[in-house]
Amino acid sequence: MSVFRDFAAALRAPDARRPQGALNPGGKPSVARYDVYRNNVATSLIEALATGFPVVRQLVGEEFFSAMAREFVLLHPPKDPVIVLWGAGFPDWLETFAPIKAVPYVPGIARLEYLRRQAFHAADVEPLEPAMLAGVAPDALAAQRLLPHPSARWMADPMPILSIWQRHQEDADDIDPPAGEILVGRPKMTVAQMAAPEGTCATLDALAGGAPLGRALPPDADHPAIFATLFAAGALLPPDHV
Amino acid sequence: MLPSLPRTAGIGFKPAHYTDLVGSPGAVTWLEVHAENYMVDGGPQLAMLDDLADRFPISLHGVGLSIGGPGPLDAVHLGRLRRLVDRINPASFSEHLAWSSHSGAYYNDLLPLPYTEMTLNAVCGHIDEVQDRLGQRMLLENPSSYLRFAESTLDETEFLAEVVARTGCGLLLDVNNVFISAVNLGFTPQDYIGTFPLSEIGEIHLGGHEADQDEDGATLLIDTHGAPVADPVWALFENVVARTGPLPTLIEWDNEVPDFATLEAEAARATNILTRQAAA
Amino acid sequence: MTIHSKNLMIAGALAAGLATHYATPVSAEGAKEKCYGVALAGQNDCAAGPGTTCAGTSKVDYQGNSFKLVPAGTCTEIELPGDRMGSLEPLERDLPKG
Repeated sequence: MSVFRDFAAALRAPDARRPQGALNPGGKPSVARYDVYRNNVATSLIEALATGFPVVRQLVGEEFFSAMAREFVLLHPPKDPVIVLWGAGFPDWLETFAPIKAVPYVPGIARLEYLRRQAFHAADVEPLEPAMLAGVAPDALAAQRLLPHPSARWMADPMPILSIWQRHQEDADDIDPPAGEILVGRPKMTVAQMAAPEGTCATLDALAGGAPLGRALPPDADHPAIFATLFAAGALLPPDHV
Repeated sequence: MLPSLPRTAGIGFKPAHYTDLVGSPGAVTWLEVHAENYMVDGGPQLAMLDDLADRFPISLHGVGLSIGGPGPLDAVHLGRLRRLVDRINPASFSEHLAWSSHSGAYYNDLLPLPYTEMTLNAVCGHIDEVQDRLGQRMLLENPSSYLRFAESTLDETEFLAEVVARTGCGLLLDVNNVFISAVNLGFTPQDYIGTFPLSEIGEIHLGGHEADQDEDGATLLIDTHGAPVADPVWALFENVVARTGPLPTLIEWDNEVPDFATLEAEAARATNILTRQAAA
Repeated sequence: MTIHSKNLMIAGALAAGLATHYATPVSAEGAKEKCYGVALAGQNDCAAGPGTTCAGTSKVDYQGNSFKLVPAGTCTEIELPGDRMGSLEPLERDLPKG
């Protein structure tokens, strides 16, 4: 119906004409009254991004974040009412947003914040415990397939994303993880993220694609370190999930 | 048979109040949560809702179905809602006479609709679909309005009464919304209450608002849920329950959320009024 | 590499990885209460994300048409760690895409 179409059209276009059927009690079209809704839409979505990306907001400051978030909201409004998981496209969009180019680690921080959110709300499944592999004969390990845990997320970034993120926490660690691969997981009820050895992302990509361990582990990587990290993050599912 | 909400006071749940609620809930006897916040696969937020549902009757309140819109309901969203209902077995499910999605975009606000035969048919069709899908009666909430539509041919209370008659749904009367709409659109709240189908009310909402102005300097009340319930809203609430008897009554406070003691005091004030009416 | 030696290699890596894993237990339960979502609104370390709204706002979003702002948060003071102190240049490494 055209009433809804016209009403919706002006919500996201700052210069659009307001619907003529939006009236004050006297029957006169009222821009101010329509704009209550338009303001609610913009403000609530900007605040949703601010809540979902708190370190990005701190990095660029409140005013810059709101203005940047507004640009994103106008271009990419949510498609779905589950706002708790909205924002998946924000990190990639930040890569394209010219005014942020001077702070090249912002998209990586946004990506980490979103991966943590996905991990937080992922399905509750017991992760692979080392003992569960006891039944697998050593000569069958290379052919063993294992899938990533639903909370496992991984990324790689040329900037020291974990260090920058940690410095924005109240109980900041002293350690400064270097740039490189990052593994996020939620083995129980707490999200954990850690620096991962080179080859962890490739291993998880391959396992997620159905490859057996023998093909998933990159030949030149530090396999014990990769296994230790995968177990620490609860990043794998028991074999019976394959 | 659906369990029902107690005819006492509840509050909109905020995680910051979890410890207080589990320890000494005081006048708070039930909780309302927004369905969409729990449409996730797992994790601490959903675990906390499971825990709360073991301790309190839960009112599941949807904000994203877009019941007032012209388009079909989102089948995926309805499916998620059904799974959540099955999971926590809420005492009530309610949604808004509003729309929030159009042409694939979700606007994250409760947007207004004109009241016409066409929108009435659409809303009734949507409510039939929700009640079929959930296998239970739902409550429909009256909106807070900042404008009226040139296209409208029905009063809001006429519209709501017709929805109830056609679908068998119940109503959620937001008394604060009545007061806000009355001030903003220039009618008297008593007239609205006088024509509202009071016998179909399954829940009452009370919340705070703030005053602004339109371009002509006319008062425009904004439904912020960010302040104590205003005195004229308390008076209107008392007026309503004098006619209906005690009803499940929710204190909504969503912005500038106060400490638990402040919210509990609002719930206690509602309880006093409900108790007085029960005795009368 | 033969299948046999590959299996031996993975078995060895698993054993070594497990030894490290058990040496550094992850304290998942300790922080459970913290991340049960309690009292965490607005804090960085709760990954719960945004929630819904059914209220309006009295905050006004001033919509400008041109973007003239520059970032003015902690990025103006942050120093990157290690030998990359102060450097904003990315590492020259070919990293896999996550």
